Amino acid sequence: MEENKNKPGLFEKGGKLGFLHSTVDAFDTFLRVPATVTRKGSHVRDSIDIKRVMSMVVIALIPAALFGMWNVGYQHDLFNGDLPTFMSKFWFGFWKVLPLFVVSYVVGLGIEFASAQIKGEEVNEGYLVSGFLIPLIVPVDIPLWMLAVAVAFAVIFGKEVFGGTGMNFLNPALLARAFLFFSYPSKMSGDQAWINGLPDGVSGATPLTHMLDHSGEIATGLENISSQWSVTDLIVGTMPGSVGETSIIAILLGAVVLLWTGVASWKVMVSSVAGALFVGWLGTAFGITNVPAYYQLLLGGFAFGTVFMATDPVTSAQTECGKWIYGFLIGALCVVVRLFNPGYAEGMMLAILLMNTFAPLIDYVVTSRAMSKRAKKANIA
Amino acid sequence: MSNNINLKRGLDIPLKGAAALKTGKTIEPDIIAIKPSDFKGFTPRLLVREGDKVLAGSPVLADKQRTDILVTSPVSGTVEQVVRGEKRKLLEVRIKADKAGEAVDFGVKSAASMTAADVKELLLKSGLWVALVQRPYGIVANPDDAPRAIFVSAFSTAPLAADTEFTLKDELANIQAGADALSKLTKGGLHLSIKAETYSSSPFHKVENVILHTVSGKHPAGNVGVQIANIAPIRKGETVWTVSLLMLAAIGRLINTGKVNLARKVAITGPEAKDPCYVDALPGFCMKEIAEYVDNSKNDVRFVSGNALTGTSVGADGYLGFFDDQVTLLHEGTERELLGWAKPFRTSQFSSSKAYFSWLFPKKKYPIDTNVHGGPRAFVVSDVYSKVLPIDIFPVYLIKACLAGDIDNMEKFGIYEVLPEDLALCEFVDPSKNEIQSILQDGINLMIKEMA
Repeated sequence: MEENKNKPGLFEKGGKLGFLHSTVDAFDTFLRVPATVTRKGSHVRDSIDIKRVMSMVVIALIPAALFGMWNVGYQHDLFNGDLPTFMSKFWFGFWKVLPLFVVSYVVGLGIEFASAQIKGEEVNEGYLVSGFLIPLIVPVDIPLWMLAVAVAFAVIFGKEVFGGTGMNFLNPALLARAFLFFSYPSKMSGDQAWINGLPDGVSGATPLTHMLDHSGEIATGLENISSQWSVTDLIVGTMPGSVGETSIIAILLGAVVLLWTGVASWKVMVSSVAGALFVGWLGTAFGITNVPAYYQLLLGGFAFGTVFMATDPVTSAQTECGKWIYGFLIGALCVVVRLFNPGYAEGMMLAILLMNTFAPLIDYVVTSRAMSKRAKKANIA
Repeated sequence: MSNNINLKRGLDIPLKGAAALKTGKTIEPDIIAIKPSDFKGFTPRLLVREGDKVLAGSPVLADKQRTDILVTSPVSGTVEQVVRGEKRKLLEVRIKADKAGEAVDFGVKSAASMTAADVKELLLKSGLWVALVQRPYGIVANPDDAPRAIFVSAFSTAPLAADTEFTLKDELANIQAGADALSKLTKGGLHLSIKAETYSSSPFHKVENVILHTVSGKHPAGNVGVQIANIAPIRKGETVWTVSLLMLAAIGRLINTGKVNLARKVAITGPEAKDPCYVDALPGFCMKEIAEYVDNSKNDVRFVSGNALTGTSVGADGYLGFFDDQVTLLHEGTERELLGWAKPFRTSQFSSSKAYFSWLFPKKKYPIDTNVHGGPRAFVVSDVYSKVLPIDIFPVYLIKACLAGDIDNMEKFGIYEVLPEDLALCEFVDPSKNEIQSILQDGINLMIKEMA
């Protein structure tokens, strides 16, 4: 939009279609860097902006998304045998997963644009990431209308009511998943939800559900898992689960991108892994389970949650010391839920959401302690 | 080398256009402007009228509250114009210099034999008291205070800043006299921080009667606020004073010669500067005087008095600030880059983030322009700010407290320790493009109002 001193342009505030200002601005700045120059303060600025930061996360998610698409086809083929080639598996999954992305982005961005319009602000890029995350953390067969409802709930009540990206205290993508889980549990858990084209009466349970064992014999979890999947399977990701969460390799590729660009905190990732290993080890030491601690890292959504969800810079702890505590408790809580809640095996979602709510408290304690220590030091000096 | 302070956090912005260590020309004073906005916490009362004759050292402005604090003319001549803005706010006093170069004689003194009262009186009378800046708040010091200590940074790490070891290399005797005099004003001594890398070759390590520190690190290691925080942080209720090395030399010159002489070497720098080098000049000279160093035919150059992070945009007809020894010439970045953020490489742009690739070229200098490179957003990322701030405070928490006008939290998160210049790099690296320095200044102004 070129500057026009005499009258506001068509899409500018006061113009004929001024109510579309935010929308036009969003597309305009998407295509071209805005011409704004610094007004006060520093005259020069770093060329990084939130668009770039967010696009780094999307790039980091691409390996997990691509693998997830192939795995949808692969799991389908296991039970139906109708997708012989690599590419046929991938395209089968691609067409299954694509509608999830479309629904997630159309609904989520629609609400983002509308609320930016109402507030007269610029459209924030945060949903580009949330919208990419949500399809990867739901089962492939989730009905699209449910997804749409969940996305709408997450964006409106998880984010916009607090003032948009940067102001939210819960991870919106996880909130969408939690909404689905508590509202439509039959589509989000159990034996039937995870594989597209599963024949009737066949169990398509995830390895994580096997760890718990439905007969209550928790001590045989390891045998239950290894009867179907080797450790290699768990690492490569050829197992049922949410679309993007299964492949440790693809997730680690994303982790490299996030850590290298500094978008995600390595402290959160490391401490989350430490927390999970610690409680996993306690579990084996006390005979609660015979699944070795390192399995906890490979099963379910732990790896995906640790790399992409726990590290969300807005909802995680903000202080460096706080990040260690926050990450450790996420890992630990996740495994606690897995070991002691047979009804629902996936502890990662609840662990992260719970710690999201506690992150401000952790930060409060950390900053208060640090500043009072500094005041004491100054008193001595 | 005792007391070495090695600061790990910081960032040197690789801006193009460093001034070569040579003196290009001497700007003969013509019209010199005194801008009250250069003196923070100073409410100006005009003491001259248009047409009045002034000498170098004649009072031009006085503070309305503390009437003994004066600003004096740096040059002899005639008051040509008093420029006022909205609500008759005093913007500039322009003085047309004459050729005589007369100065008020304050009498040659010996710094060693002066008492604290003598020093105070001389500085107040001569108008050099305004060089003393009080922390917290960064305002002109109150003569009735007894500061805990006085801090001087002997170097600047700001982008393309004037190299004091070049500009002040012949001023050792004046700096010594200034240090001797100012150390009378405090029981805590005068702390002088020298760049560790050039400690032994620096002329300033010979300064006596001061507490020497050596500091190493990237910008903002040269900021006096950062040095104070790492030597002895400012507690609530304490005051310290700071003075720039440039003004310390001017104070010494006043003592040694009895005259106010604010002549200095000013670095002409920046990507738009042709043949960047130093010029000999007085504060308040007009940017028109350096026309040969810049091509402003397209009217797309920003004239910054000071450095690119904290300076003031004065315009092509504006005047150098009272305390500045640098002009930064930047390109106004109004061009719109197609798909800027999405380009994988974008090698002509600098970013401290590894989301771009400037880390591959650590030696490269960039012609950074004034484009903001993005729209304003809420704070999203959390750990980029403290990486460029070598003070153990929580900058984002402080800024949020300032935004909320929350005095208790501003205090808790260290508002007494920082000035906007110390957080300038946080503003530079901020991907959310917040105006951090301005927010902090508003917070400081609120503190001054509430604590008064």
